[in-house]
Amino acid sequence: MSASSVQHSDDGHAHGHGHGHDGEFSHPMPIWMLLAVFFALLILTCLTVYQSQFDLGNMEIWASLTIATVKAGLVIAFFMHLLWDKPLNMIIILGSLIFVALFLGFTMMDADGYRENLIMNETLQESQPPAVNVAVSK
Amino acid sequence: MSVVTKPVTMPAPSFEAGTEDNYLTHTTGFLSWALTLDHKRIGLMYLAGVMASFAGGGVLALLIRLHLWNPNIDKTQALFSNQVYNQIFTLHGAIMVFLFIIPSIPAALGNFLLPIMLGTKDVAFPRLNLGSFYLWICGAAFFLFSLFATGLDTGWTFYTPYSIESRGPVVAATMGVFVLGFSSIFTGLNFIVTINTMRPPGMTWFRMPLFLWATYATAIIQVLATPVLGITVLLLAAERVLGIGIFDPKLNGDPVTFQHFFWFYSHPAVYIMILPAMGIISELMSVHSHKGIFGYRMIAYSSVAIALFGFLVWGHHMFTSGMADVTTIVFSALTFTVSIPSAIKVFNWIGTMYQGTVSLNTPMLYALAFIFLFTIGGLTGLFLGALSVDLHLHDTYFVVAHFHYVMMGGTLVAFLGGLFHWWPKMTGKMFNDFAGIVSAAIVFVGFNLTFLPQFVLGTRGMPRRYASYVEEFQDLHRLSTIGAMMLGAGLLVAGLTLLHSLFYGKKAPMNPWGGATLEWECQTPPPHDNFSTPPTVGDPYDFSNIEYDPKTGGYFKKK
Amino acid sequence: MTTTVAHDTSANHQVEGHEHPSWLAHHFDDEQQQFDAGKMGMWLFLVTEVLFFSGMFCAYALYRNRNPEVFEFCSRFLNEKLGAINTGVLLFSSLTMAWAVRSSQLRETKTLIGMLGATLGCAAIFLGVKAVEYSHKWGLGLFPGKFFQSQLEHPVHTDNNYLWNLSIVPMILLVCFALYYAYGVIIASKFHQRVAGPLVIAALCFFGGVGLGTFLESEEHEEGSPVTHNATGEHAAHADHDHEHDHAQEHAVAESVKPAINFVAVDSTGMHDDVAVTPAELVTPVSAVNQKGMAGLFFSIYYCMTGVHAVHILGGMAVLTWLIVKAARFEFHSKYFGPVDNVGLYWHLVDFIWIFLFPLLYLIT
Repeated sequence: MSASSVQHSDDGHAHGHGHGHDGEFSHPMPIWMLLAVFFALLILTCLTVYQSQFDLGNMEIWASLTIATVKAGLVIAFFMHLLWDKPLNMIIILGSLIFVALFLGFTMMDADGYRENLIMNETLQESQPPAVNVAVSK
Repeated sequence: MSVVTKPVTMPAPSFEAGTEDNYLTHTTGFLSWALTLDHKRIGLMYLAGVMASFAGGGVLALLIRLHLWNPNIDKTQALFSNQVYNQIFTLHGAIMVFLFIIPSIPAALGNFLLPIMLGTKDVAFPRLNLGSFYLWICGAAFFLFSLFATGLDTGWTFYTPYSIESRGPVVAATMGVFVLGFSSIFTGLNFIVTINTMRPPGMTWFRMPLFLWATYATAIIQVLATPVLGITVLLLAAERVLGIGIFDPKLNGDPVTFQHFFWFYSHPAVYIMILPAMGIISELMSVHSHKGIFGYRMIAYSSVAIALFGFLVWGHHMFTSGMADVTTIVFSALTFTVSIPSAIKVFNWIGTMYQGTVSLNTPMLYALAFIFLFTIGGLTGLFLGALSVDLHLHDTYFVVAHFHYVMMGGTLVAFLGGLFHWWPKMTGKMFNDFAGIVSAAIVFVGFNLTFLPQFVLGTRGMPRRYASYVEEFQDLHRLSTIGAMMLGAGLLVAGLTLLHSLFYGKKAPMNPWGGATLEWECQTPPPHDNFSTPPTVGDPYDFSNIEYDPKTGGYFKKK
Repeated sequence: MTTTVAHDTSANHQVEGHEHPSWLAHHFDDEQQQFDAGKMGMWLFLVTEVLFFSGMFCAYALYRNRNPEVFEFCSRFLNEKLGAINTGVLLFSSLTMAWAVRSSQLRETKTLIGMLGATLGCAAIFLGVKAVEYSHKWGLGLFPGKFFQSQLEHPVHTDNNYLWNLSIVPMILLVCFALYYAYGVIIASKFHQRVAGPLVIAALCFFGGVGLGTFLESEEHEEGSPVTHNATGEHAAHADHDHEHDHAQEHAVAESVKPAINFVAVDSTGMHDDVAVTPAELVTPVSAVNQKGMAGLFFSIYYCMTGVHAVHILGGMAVLTWLIVKAARFEFHSKYFGPVDNVGLYWHLVDFIWIFLFPLLYLIT
C-alpha cells in the first residue's frame, strides 16, 4: 500500500496506515504480556472487592469507577491491542465516549434540575405506613 | 490541463456498441437479485422499497388531509373516527420517518452511488449491505403488521406513559423500529469504512464529491445516534412486556427520561434525513450550473459540523416537557449554532449558480425548489428554537409546517432531484424532460399551498394531531387539503415520467448532464464491477475539459 | 492537483494483474486493505455497542442519583462472591481470547481451537453462574418493576424450579453436541471431532457454572440469608453468628436484626451500631424502599443491564462456535486472521462492559 500512504500524507487527516512496512500486519502478542495483563486485571478485581468493604461515603462510587476504568483501559490497550492499532481506531472509540458523556451529562444535568418538581409515588403498595419522603437525599 | 497518463475511455464509440454487459443484465433470475451482493442492485431494491413505503405513507397523508376537509365537530359527519384518525397520523409519521426518509437517500441513492463516485468495486462489506436490506424488509413487515393489527395510535414518537398503556401493537412497532435502526446502522458503518479504507489512489479526502462528504457525515450520525434509539425502544418494549417501570410514572419511573433518550437519537436523525439531501443539492447545483462548486471545503466542513452540532440540541423538542429551566436555556442557545453551517451551505449553493451557465432541466428545478423550501423550513426552525416563541408554538401546526418544509420540501424534493439526476445512470434511459419540469412545477406549487397555510394555522393556535377544529380554521384547512391533492398529483406525474422512461425512454448517454464526478466516467448503466480499470481521479468539480457531443446528446471529457 | 494524479496509475494497476487468493474478497486490493476495513468496521460496531449500553448506564445513573438508598439496600441481595467469580471467569476468557488471536496469527491451529474452546467454556460458566443468580432472585420474588414482590419476611426458596427451567436448553444442547461428537468418532472424521469436542466441553462448563454458583449461594445462606446478612451490612457483624449452630442461628439472626431490618441508612456509615442510633430523618423505612417503584426499579435496571449483557455473551458464543468451525478447517494464517481478531474485539468489549457492571451493581456499600 505504498501508493496510498503517499497520497494520504498530503491531506493531513487523522487517517493513514499505522504500520509502515508492507504486507505484515499481524502482531502476535507475547505470552508474557498477555499473562501480565491478566494478572494485573485479577489483582485490580481483588482490589475493588476489597475497597468495597470500606465505607468511603460519596467517594466510594468514584473509587470503584476509577479501578474499573483502569481495568477497562488495560483490556482495551492490550487485549484489544489498541496500542498497536491505527490511531484512527483509537479516535473512534475514544470519540464515542465523548458522545456517551454528552448523553449522560445533559440528561443527568436536566434530571437534577427538575428533581424538585417530581412527585414521587409513595403508595405503590397498600399497607404502607406513611413513609419519610424517600426522594430526599444528601 | 492535467498530465494524466491513463487512457481516457472514449465515450462515444463504447456507448454505440450498446451490447455490453451491465449490472442489470450481468446475471438474471429472481435469486440473482435476492441474493445479490452488488451494491447497485441492493440500491435499486432499496429504491423500490422506499418508493413503495412513500406511496403508502403518502396515501395516509392524503387521508389525513381529506379528513380535515371538514371541522368534524359533528362526529357523525367525520370521515374517520378519532381513534382511526390517530392511527392514520401515527402510521403516516412512522412510515415516512423510519421506512422512507431515513433510508431514502443514503440507502437507495447512496448505496448505488457511493462506490461508483469513490471509484471502488463495491462497499467494504457487501454481505452486511444485503443483510441491512433484509433488516429493512423485516422492519417494514413489523410496520405492516401494526398497520393491519388493532392500530398504533401513539404518534411516531412513542411517548410514555401513553405508549405503555395504549392498546395498539406498540411492541411490534418498537421491534420494527429496533430492526430498522440496525439496518440504518449497518448502512452507515459500511459507508464510513468504505470511504476510509477503500479510496483508490488519487482520491484524497478533498477530491471526494460533496455527496460523499454528506453521506459520510450522515453515516457518523447513524453509527453514533441510532444505538440509543435501539436501547430506548428495547426498554419501551420491556416496559410493556415486563413492566420494568423505568419510564413509567406509576412505578416511579421518569417519562422525561424517555424523551431524552428518544430525542438523543431523533434529533440527530433529523440530520440523517437532511444531510444527504444537502449533498445531492451540492452535486446538482454544480453540474447543472456547469461551474465548479463555490466554497468546496466550507461545504464539506459544514456537513461534518452539522453532524456534530446535531448532537447538542435535542432538548429543543422538550421545552414544554418539564425540563429544568437551565437546561431549556442551554438547549435553546445551542440550537442556534446549527443554523450557521446550514446557512453556509445555502450561501455557497447560490454562489455556485452566480455567473454559471444554468440549465433549467428537471433535476435543477427540483434543486432550486429545495433551496427555496429548505430556507423557509430552516428559518422557521429558528422561531421554534427560541425558547419564548416555542412555548406558544409547541405542538401547533406551525411545527407541522416547519418540519414538512425541511423533511418534505427539503429531503423529498432533493431525493426527487437526485433521482432524476442519476436516473439515466441507474437505468440507462432518459426521461421526458418536459414532463419532469411539469412535475417539479406542480410539486412546488402544491407543496407551498399545503404547508404555508399551516404556518398561519399554527400561529393562530391550531394544535397538531387533532381530529377536529373550530370553524374559523376551515378555510385554511381546505386550502391545505387542496394543496395536498395537487402535491399528490405532482408526485404522480413525476413517478409516471420515470416509469414511462423505463419503457419508452431514449438510451441515455454516458454523461447526459456534463458532470465531472466519477460516476459519469462509468458506462451507462454501470458494469458489474463498476470500473474495469481503476479510474483516474481528478477534481470532481472541474468542468473546463468537459464538452458536449451532439452525436450522443451527452458530454465527454476531453483528453 | 495536476501533478499528483499522474503517479498513482502505475502503482495500482498491478492489482488487476495478480489473482486474488481464496481468502481475499474480490473488491479488496490486498489483504492489508481487507484487514483494515474489517477491523475498522468492528471498532465502529463496538462504538454502537458502547452507545447502546450507555442508555442503560444513563438510567442507572439517574435512578441511583435520585434514590441512592434503594441501590444500597438492593445491592445487598446481589451475591458479591458470585459477581467476583464471574468477573474472574470473564477476565480469564479475555485472556484465552487474546491468546487465540495470537495463535491464529502464528497458525498454531491446535492452540487456537483450544483457546477458542476455553473462551467458549468460560462463557458457559459465566452463564451457569448467572442462571443460579437469576433463579435465586426469582425464588425470592425479586422480579423487575411491576412484578416485584417483597417477601423479605417469608422468603420462599423455590430456586430449583427456575434453575431447572433455565437448564433445559443447555441440556438439550449438551446431548446434541455429545451425539455430534459420537458421530464424528463413528465416521472417524477429525474435523467433526475438532469441532464437537470444544462444544461438548462448553456445554458441560455450563453445568459446572451452575454447580459452582449453587455451592457459593448455599454457602452464603449458611452465613445468613441475604436480608439478615445485609441489614447488618458488614461481614464483621455476622462473623459472630457463624460459630452458632445452624438451626438456632437462623432464629438468633432473625431476632437480633429485627429492629435493624426496618431501616436502611440513607447515608450509611457502615457500622452496625450506627443504624440503631441514626436520627430519624436520615433513615428510610425498609418498607418504603422495598416496593415496586423503588426496589422493583432497581431490579428492573439490574435485569436489563445483566440481561442484555448475557444476550451479548450468547451472541459471542455463537460467533465463537463459527470461529471454531473455521479454525478446524485450518483457514487462519498470518494474512487472514481478521475474523478471530474481530470476534476477539467484540468479546473484550463484552468483558469491558462487565468490568463496569460488577462494581456498579454488586459492590454498593
